[in-house]
Amino acid sequence: MAQTYRKLLVDPLVDNNPITVQVLGICSALAVTSSLKVAMVMTIAVILVTAFSSFFISILRNHIPNSIRIIVQMVIIASLVILVEQVLKAFAYEISKTLSVFVGLIITNCIVMGRAEAFAMSNPPVASFIDGVGNGVGYGLLLLLVGFIRELFGAGSLFGLTILETVNNGGWYVPNGMLLLPPSAFFVIGLLIWAFRTWKPDQAEAREYKIQIAEGH
Amino acid sequence: MGLRNFFDRIEPQFTKGGRYERLFPVYEMVESFLYTPKTVTTAAPHARSYVDMKRIMTYVVIATIPAILMGLYNTGLQVNTAFEALGPSGWRAAVIDFFGIGFNAANPAANMLHGLLYFLPIYITTLVVGGVWEVLFATVRRHEVNEGFLVTSMLYALILPPNVPLWQVALGISFGVVIGKEVFGGTGKNFLNPALTGRAFLYFAYPAQMSGETIWTPVDGFSGATALAVSAADGFQNLSAYGITWMDAFVGTVQGSIGETSTIAITIGLAFLLITKIANWRLVVGCLAGMIAFSTLLNLIGSDTNPMFAMPWYWHLVVGGYAFGLAFMVTEPVSASHTNLGRYIYGALIGFMVVMIRVVNPAFPEGMMLAILFGNVFAPLIDYFVVQANIRRRAKRNV
Repeated sequence: MAQTYRKLLVDPLVDNNPITVQVLGICSALAVTSSLKVAMVMTIAVILVTAFSSFFISILRNHIPNSIRIIVQMVIIASLVILVEQVLKAFAYEISKTLSVFVGLIITNCIVMGRAEAFAMSNPPVASFIDGVGNGVGYGLLLLLVGFIRELFGAGSLFGLTILETVNNGGWYVPNGMLLLPPSAFFVIGLLIWAFRTWKPDQAEAREYKIQIAEGH
Repeated sequence: MGLRNFFDRIEPQFTKGGRYERLFPVYEMVESFLYTPKTVTTAAPHARSYVDMKRIMTYVVIATIPAILMGLYNTGLQVNTAFEALGPSGWRAAVIDFFGIGFNAANPAANMLHGLLYFLPIYITTLVVGGVWEVLFATVRRHEVNEGFLVTSMLYALILPPNVPLWQVALGISFGVVIGKEVFGGTGKNFLNPALTGRAFLYFAYPAQMSGETIWTPVDGFSGATALAVSAADGFQNLSAYGITWMDAFVGTVQGSIGETSTIAITIGLAFLLITKIANWRLVVGCLAGMIAFSTLLNLIGSDTNPMFAMPWYWHLVVGGYAFGLAFMVTEPVSASHTNLGRYIYGALIGFMVVMIRVVNPAFPEGMMLAILFGNVFAPLIDYFVVQANIRRRAKRNV
């Protein structure tokens, strides 16, 4: 069993990463990765919600009527998200303002729902909890990686601490303004997916079509 | 035919099983640049035409020559004029002093040389950095390096401001070639214009070096806005107060990116492309019609607060990047629509969007770049609907 737990925890990190392989949770990944600090808080929030929602849903799985299961899952997930949101407002008000609606939108994060539906509904609580942690961490890893790239090259800092002194402050680094705009996360995530699939070619999907190449050149 | 013999001798080294097999794209690039390819298609169908990709791409480069020459002249003219008031500065002044040519703004040769000293570093950087990416992808993906890159790099260098830092040139062309073209499979599969993709990247990443009043004429302490920026702020009626007449904008002795200022030079290039049928005239007609119709409509509507509403179409034509984009980017066959009806619609969409962005959007004074990229994205959709409409029409005929 220990082996399975480990697999549940490690698999979603790279081999079955929610963002790069399943391409879930992209919207929040675009919105909260412009600085590493915010990405970090979001990561922790998503890990907690995914882990505990999977855990509780798994405990109740034999008592949830199939026809209303989504509603029950949503109630559990929403309660947890509200809890996280209130804690953030109480202890980290500035960050909760930056995250604005995106904490609330964890409710609709496809990763949380996906794990509840795909795993927690048919597995025991401890395994579901670990699966939730694994997927949350897999999501968070990518969030942090994107946040690292965007904050370092977009603002010259990490966690708000200056790494590359920008020109405006008398340094040499000209910050890349585009990286602070949400669309740049598309490019960064796209390039990361490209890198991951070059590293692990079996992650690439089969082509849906075949390009015919004429003979000769 | 010593050179031919040389190629024949070294060719086996690069073909399958040869020592430098992986470098075949590089060999092929040099060889097919100098000679007509020897290989012929073996599988049907055989379409015979003298117009191949090499000829298309070479013709486009030839068509940019008037714009390049006027761009060089104008860049030098602007710098030399500024020097008269502010005094020479920078390493280029030292080079010109060394040759003893001087900074006389009335001397076209001195202006050309000065302009060249701005254009060449940008162009060489573009060629080297973009070329490295091209060869890298060609080698890894086993496709050929073709003349398309010469067009991309020339257009890209011409739409940059003269004062752009070279490392930004390198970043922009890298983005343009990799994201605009190679990730989609290379030349012929790029649905965005690679040169514009690179320019758009720089525009959003480094707005300080890509827009404003100090970048068009690279002299310390000089500031001069483009005709378009002046119109957006003060209205085109006041352009003469800034010393810009319609004729100035038409001939191209105004502030702007290197190759985009001279409408007359660009028109000569466009005429060449239309006569040789490299550029499809439907795209040009569509784009002109869209721009003229929508700007005239806005003239009729009018606005008390926004002076751009009153700008007539013949001003839209000569300011900013409209003419350059129309001649060299709207007409790019790959990223445009491929059906004849679609070409009108695609052109009109860009013509409409450029006026829309210039007049109604306060954030961007220039609209051509974004309008073309917008059109690029819609081109496949336009084609889809045109083809579907044709299918429906013909299906009805044979009930």
